[in-house]
Amino acid sequence: MGSNCLSTSKDIPTALTPYVKITGVKINYYHICHTKLWLFSHNIVLEREDENVNIGKLLHEDRYSKNKKDITIDNTISIDFVKKRNDIIELHDIKKTKKMEDAHLRQMLYYIYYLKQRGIDAQGVMNYPLLNQTKEIVLTEDDEKKIENDIEHIEEIVTGRMPHPKRLRICSKCAYFEFCFCGEVDDD
Amino acid sequence: MRTDYYILQDGTLKRKENTVYFVNKDEKRVLPINKIYSIYAYGRLSLSSGVVSYLAKNGIPIHFFNYYGFYEGSMYPRETLISGDLVIKQASHYLDTEKRMFLAGKFIEGACGNILKNLRYYSRSKDGLQDSLDEHINSIESEFTRLPNADSISSMMNVEGRIRNIYYSALDEIFPEDYRIITRTRRPPSNKMNTLISFGNSLMYTTVLSEIYNTQLNPTISYLHEPFERRFSLALDVSEIFKPIIIDRIILKLVNKNMLDDSCFMGEIGDMLLSEKGKKVFLQEYNAKLSTTIKHKGLKRNVSYKRLIRLELYKLSKHVLDDEAYKPLVMWW
Ligand code: SF4
Repeated sequence: MGSNCLSTSKDIPTALTPYVKITGVKINYYHICHTKLWLFSHNIVLEREDENVNIGKLLHEDRYSKNKKDITIDNTISIDFVKKRNDIIELHDIKKTKKMEDAHLRQMLYYIYYLKQRGIDAQGVMNYPLLNQTKEIVLTEDDEKKIENDIEHIEEIVTGRMPHPKRLRICSKCAYFEFCFCGEVDDD
Repeated sequence: MRTDYYILQDGTLKRKENTVYFVNKDEKRVLPINKIYSIYAYGRLSLSSGVVSYLAKNGIPIHFFNYYGFYEGSMYPRETLISGDLVIKQASHYLDTEKRMFLAGKFIEGACGNILKNLRYYSRSKDGLQDSLDEHINSIESEFTRLPNADSISSMMNVEGRIRNIYYSALDEIFPEDYRIITRTRRPPSNKMNTLISFGNSLMYTTVLSEIYNTQLNPTISYLHEPFERRFSLALDVSEIFKPIIIDRIILKLVNKNMLDDSCFMGEIGDMLLSEKGKKVFLQEYNAKLSTTIKHKGLKRNVSYKRLIRLELYKLSKHVLDDEAYKPLVMWW
């Protein structure tokens, strides 16, 4: 386990390589905000000055320094560390809060799905160190169908026109906040 | 928060391990690398080879001005925030004449709107000048109504030029005698006012350029100005909107509050320059202005004047991405 980059078989069947590369982050953003998904997919990133990202990184290094690996697979999956338990691969992700829980779980499910398509059985574990909790995740058939649906929809969004931003509760913490709402609207 | 560093003296920038120093015979100043946003070099600045790549690697542009305060060029680090898609769309708005003229017109609209704001402010606050300023305001407004009839970029430019001339002659009503613009000349600036305007405008240009660097927009693709006019012509376009808001207001303040004395200038009429002291006074006001905040209506947050430049670039990005038609910033405060 010395390497930080597990490489799976090179040429994956076409049904599995959609037109738009589906990364875990895209699955995650899809469940948060379609504008965010679109901007990110078009390389519009404003991350040079985002404080939140740094706090996440610090947290990481602190609590989980022993296991910390930051594994990347096929430039698609990116998780914090991997363990092997009873011949099953366990994908571990560390999160600060449960705020975006649904999106994070979907992301993890996608990773498990992705590996399954390549003949690797895996399970997921979400770690919430600040809450002293963990959560195990297994992929059901129902989940698989949902993921396939999501992928199709993501492709449509990303290849279409930029979805106009709609104000959500999470907007004020989003790195795209200024980008989305830079227009001056009249209050009255 | 990263800040801008203004270096007025001659000297050398050096890197020693992970620290950048400015050194000359009088001082040794530390510039913490993760605190620098941009560097404005007004003195004769030499750069040790290590420092160039180090600053570039950290995404820090350096803008060079010559002894006279004229812009000479920038070290613009390699772009790291590239979106191929956005660049293509940005270019397509240049290539399509109708789309280009739309944006060019918007820059003029913004500039004109802010010019009128300035004049209206003085028309209200200056006793005895009201009638004459209002006359100028009217002629600017009527000049602006000719914009939709312009059938080429150059005729749009003419409208803009005429608006600017009326504006300067209106400012001449406000300024005391020895600060009259009379005729706006460029190089060399002929009198105090032209000196101040030239100095301020090139400062504005470089600040906008630094902001562009922090977005996905390509600084060489512009709409009102021709891309071949200057290397980074998009900064010229966007500056038009901010010159009246930032530079002209600073100049008006400096003159009206008597903040400039004779030691702020060097040379004589026909060949007038800002002295080191003059530059210092100007830069101080400039920095203060950029960090002044106002409440933004869309964000419902306080944003600095400097941030407004960034937001303008976001608006432009969203325009070329076909999300929201670009509306130039006109002071609402
Ligand atoms: S600011 Fe809001 S609308 Fe914009 S990308 Fe973020 S979450 Fe989506």
